[in-house]
Amino acid sequence: MRTTVLQSGNLPISKMWPRIGDEIVADERFDAVVVGAGPAGTAAAYTMAKGGLKVALIERGEFPGAKNIFGGVLYRKQLEDLIPEFWKEAPLERTIVEQRLWILGGDSAVTFGHRNLKYKEPPNCWTGLRVKFDQWFAGKAEQAGAIPIYETVVTELLLENGRVVGVRTDREDGDLRANIVVIADGVNSLLGKSLGIHREWRPDEVSLAVKEVIALPKQTIQDRFNLEDDEGCTIEFVGHMHGMAGLGFLYTNQDTLSLGVGVMVSDLRNKRIKPYEVLEGIKRHPMIQRLIQGGEVKEYSGHLIPEGGLDSMPPLAGDGWMICGDAAQMVNAVHREGTNLAVTSGRLAGETAIAAHAKGDFSAAALDEYTKAVRDSFIYKDLKKYRGVHGLLAMGASDLLFEKFPQALNDAAYEMLLVDGVPKKVKQKAAVGHLRDVAGGNWKLLRLALKGWRAMNG
Amino acid sequence: MLHLVVCMKQVPDSREIRIDPKTNTLVRQGVPAIVNYFDLHALEEALRVKDEHGARVTVISMGPPSAEKALRQCVSMGADEGILVSDRAFAGADTLATSYVLAMAIQKAEDEWGPVDIVFCGKQTLDGDTGQVGPGVACRLDIDQLTYVEKVESLDPVKREIIVHRHLEDGVERVKARLPVLITALAELNRPRRAGLPGVLRAARYQPIVWTTNDFPNMDRSKIGLRGSPTIVSKTWVPEPKQVNTEFIEGDDPAVTAQELLGRLYATDLPQKLGWA
Amino acid sequence: MAEKVPKRKPMVGLQPEGDVDWSSYRGVLVVVEQRSGQAKSVSWQLLGEARRLANRLDAPLMALVMGSRVSHLAQEAIHRGADRVFLCDSPELEHYRTRPYSRVCLHVIRTYKPEIVLMGATYTGRDLAGAIATHLPTGLTADSTMLDVDENRLLLASRPAFSEKMLATILCKQFKPQMATARAGVFEALPRDESRTGEIIPVPPQLKPEDIATEVLEFLETTGRVNLEDANVIVAGGRGLGGPAGFRLLRELADELGGVVGASRAAVDLGWIGHDHQVGQTGTTVRPKLYFAIGISGAVQHVVGMQNSSYIVAINKDPQAPIFKIANYGIVGDLFHIVPAITEAVRRRKAGAGEPRPTSAPQTV
Ligand SMILES: Cc1cc2nc3c(=O)[nH]c(=O)nc-3n(C[C@H](O)[C@H](O)[C@H](O)COP(=O)(O)OP(=O)(O)OC[C@H]3O[C@@H](n4cnc5c(N)ncnc54)[C@H](O)[C@@H]3O)c2cc1C
Ligand SMILES: Cc1cc2nc3c(=O)[nH]c(=O)nc-3n(C[C@H](O)[C@H](O)[C@H](O)COP(=O)(O)OP(=O)(O)OC[C@H]3O[C@@H](n4cnc5c(N)ncnc54)[C@H](O)[C@@H]3O)c2cc1C
Ligand SMILES: Nc1ncnc2c1ncn2[C@@H]1O[C@H](COP(=O)(O)O)[C@@H](O)[C@H]1O
Repeated sequence: MRTTVLQSGNLPISKMWPRIGDEIVADERFDAVVVGAGPAGTAAAYTMAKGGLKVALIERGEFPGAKNIFGGVLYRKQLEDLIPEFWKEAPLERTIVEQRLWILGGDSAVTFGHRNLKYKEPPNCWTGLRVKFDQWFAGKAEQAGAIPIYETVVTELLLENGRVVGVRTDREDGDLRANIVVIADGVNSLLGKSLGIHREWRPDEVSLAVKEVIALPKQTIQDRFNLEDDEGCTIEFVGHMHGMAGLGFLYTNQDTLSLGVGVMVSDLRNKRIKPYEVLEGIKRHPMIQRLIQGGEVKEYSGHLIPEGGLDSMPPLAGDGWMICGDAAQMVNAVHREGTNLAVTSGRLAGETAIAAHAKGDFSAAALDEYTKAVRDSFIYKDLKKYRGVHGLLAMGASDLLFEKFPQALNDAAYEMLLVDGVPKKVKQKAAVGHLRDVAGGNWKLLRLALKGWRAMNG
Repeated sequence: MLHLVVCMKQVPDSREIRIDPKTNTLVRQGVPAIVNYFDLHALEEALRVKDEHGARVTVISMGPPSAEKALRQCVSMGADEGILVSDRAFAGADTLATSYVLAMAIQKAEDEWGPVDIVFCGKQTLDGDTGQVGPGVACRLDIDQLTYVEKVESLDPVKREIIVHRHLEDGVERVKARLPVLITALAELNRPRRAGLPGVLRAARYQPIVWTTNDFPNMDRSKIGLRGSPTIVSKTWVPEPKQVNTEFIEGDDPAVTAQELLGRLYATDLPQKLGWA
Repeated sequence: MAEKVPKRKPMVGLQPEGDVDWSSYRGVLVVVEQRSGQAKSVSWQLLGEARRLANRLDAPLMALVMGSRVSHLAQEAIHRGADRVFLCDSPELEHYRTRPYSRVCLHVIRTYKPEIVLMGATYTGRDLAGAIATHLPTGLTADSTMLDVDENRLLLASRPAFSEKMLATILCKQFKPQMATARAGVFEALPRDESRTGEIIPVPPQLKPEDIATEVLEFLETTGRVNLEDANVIVAGGRGLGGPAGFRLLRELADELGGVVGASRAAVDLGWIGHDHQVGQTGTTVRPKLYFAIGISGAVQHVVGMQNSSYIVAINKDPQAPIFKIANYGIVGDLFHIVPAITEAVRRRKAGAGEPRPTSAPQTV
């Protein structure tokens, strides 16, 4: 390890070699090391640096966000808790004023939606791109004093007597010791696995999302989605995905669209379908095709999304460590919320670290305050509410829920709205009968409805 | 101790530069900036000299404040000092004005840390792409230049002699020169190292030294920036993309495909140009 | 330990004071590059283009020949279009070295005052031009691919910029001479005409001892090393080759065609082949008559280095690979089947009638 020794004497400062201000690097110790500069890790690093801790923020990407993707909606509330009025400087794409939900049939759709200009003042959520946003957010942590260590992979945790005492990186002389390690390395969380707090996710605990960023002129986007200058619109859709449990999204950015689908990995395996085939199918759907036509695909990427919910959440803290964000399965799949759970968990971990630092106690007991804080927060409450959703999806009813019902709903809507002289009463009966047949009888339909209701209402 | 200077420029990553089809201008916005590819090789060679003989490595860059990041990267690899020569007055410099400012900065570095023994430059930049700055700096410092170096065969700091291999189109030249000397680096010279963690930590906290025109009392204002640049870009345009009608040769049997390809090649002027008879 | 550096001299490249009268500068000067008495083809190409410029300017076309035992090149320059040739023939100029060569150049330029000075954008040309332009001082445009003059006798030197995504025309209005280096293979040499006459003016070398402190110990000619710059046929491979063994297939084809092997940066970075094989922005820019791109996707940085090849054949299993956009002939398929088949076909053609013979070694004259 390199130790730089300060020369002194009567040389002028500028001639000293090395310059003063270069700290002696060998065996340098940090109060905390954060692994992963996604929303969770950066929130933790920011909180701790603001609280006066000596923090290193390690990220394997060339810069934070370089390779990160998400669908694209960022929420105000949780980030505002950290950085008031952040939206005045953060690189955000469009303020969402309208959210739509489409249930796709073969070449049709049943649509719901809500547009409200109240969502602008104060803003509720925005579309964003991780490349820009993560970089900006990590920049804030750097400004607060966190030491950025990028293009560096943490290969393992350093353990002594069962305590985590630092990390090993893939760089030369790459060990970094710290009192606390915050693990925020995302959904795959190799570090979480190495701690033994979770295993390899089961195929039904994660979905695989693929996403394209499609470039279109700003004006074209605004015309097609009926938007003013910085207004945005989100569309989520189900159905038309080879009978697999999946959710699609189409979001408006400044001069690009984010189009993607996330499908349960277990379904992809069972059906032997590649995720991009699903996306290709979606792109050809007339409802979607019209909105994206003429656009140029600028990026294509894939990423896992945790879907296990509360039941898959690992222990959150131990001797010398805490785990946040996707690495701890903190995603609310029903509401496509992940970043805000990540940010909040990062902040709570950071606050716990500050308290632990003040006491000089980094034991599992001290850091368990973080687990408690998560329990008291919306993270736990929301995940608890939707606890049953995972079970519902794992029931193997994907084909029914995500293909047959959507199609039946479209058929029923068609029948109802078609004016062909058949009395409405007959039509309604036919429509309900249709849905029942799809479910495999009245009894099954009822049971499914009940399960669905329970899953959504905790 | 030897004093080595590396001239480093931060350049936009050419992969990301697009042309706006409407205005025919470069879209540089959001394009990441990187250390010029060849300058990394220049730095690596300086660091190897440092590892072997002990040396002080000073990296000098003329550019906007954002170039501090590139200087930090050099420091993370092992450079001792990074100097940003930055001033609005330097903007718009062509190679003549750039080499003037860099030569002044090198002389100032000599005043600060002692005489310079070797100046390392890259072969060329990815944006300016001229390879003229290196020779310009050597000329102004009145030292010998060894351009397009692909190997440093030996360096004798006591005899003050260096032997290098220069790459030419048709061969390699072994050249011996006396220090001080300026070298421009090819990629063949070495493989740039990856910074170790201590270097990254040092760089993260390192604040590059900034020199502005005020730091150069003797600088002639008529020789810097736009005013000091004899060349003017009078017009830029986007060349018509090469129009090729790609003829696809299809078929399942490679032998037939190969025959077909040769047949088509023979139907062109290639046999005549290549003397295939 | 370090000795004192020589006492600092005033910086060269100081610009002339006040208004300078440039009107006495007339004519176009081409600096002829040679090795061992053999001129580089780019020198004659430049003379051809410079002839056109000189005619438009109604001014003489001059050439400068420097070296040892090179007087025959002075005569040759006249056959190739020059009106007047400066000849500096001296044993000290046996090998190119920056200082002695620029000393001679500067003397000729200052004495005979050409309004335009052109050199090949070769390694040597760029080395020399960079030094001279700084000394004079004047503006220098690198790597031009188009040259012209306007009605104000201004040189319009155009060059690719930003990975060849753009072309830029560069002027030098306030200084003379206007200097440019120009790429090889872009301009056409004039047919050799022995009936042309011209004047040969000997110039003394006027060297000082410090000019020759740098010593060329030896010149190792390209053997076993690729000479991509001068090759007529290049068979290049990329990551698709899957490993160093794949390059053996390419070498066989290249040998049959009398060509050399090139590579993409990905293949070089993976260590499958040496860097001197790399074609592209950070490798070598090439202009062969025939270029095979095999298992190369066609990233811009590669394409800018080879797109000016006369004929491009692309072999890739991915029909969407961007390389097909610029290829004259495209074969979608597995290179491991197709390349040996092509080698075999070439071999058979050579054995039979009307066969392709390997190209002769690249010409330097
Ligand atoms: C297609 C898709 C759409 C989504 N849409 C939304 C949405 O609209 N709204 C929303 O709120 N959420 C959305 N999410 C979820 C959201 O992106 C995540 O929940 C959130 O990013 C989690 O943040 P994180 O910091 O925990 O993990 P990540 O963002 O995954 O960050 C982890 C970081 O750690 C780094 N890292 C990993 N391992 C190492 C290592 N060993 N060493 C160093 N660095 C390492 C990674 O490079 C990465 O930067 C979506 C996700 C996907 C995939
Ligand atoms: C600053 C900078 C400078 C650069 N300079 C250069 C440069 O000078 N030169 C350069 O080349 N690159 C350069 N690059 C890198 C460049 O961007 C690309 O990464 C590189 O050219 C890709 O090389 P490739 O085509 O061999 O590999 P890939 O892009 O991986 O392509 C491999 C191709 O092989 C095909 N393939 C695979 N198997 C087979 C098979 N069995 N049969 C047929 N086809 C197959 C694949 O379909 C694919 O298209 C530079 C990059 C940067 C950032
Ligand atoms: N602004 C600059 N600051 C520092 N070094 C530079 C600058 N511009 C050019 N150089 C150096 O000169 C070399 C050749 O640059 P160029 O002549 O622009 O191709 C580069 O590889 C650098 O080493």
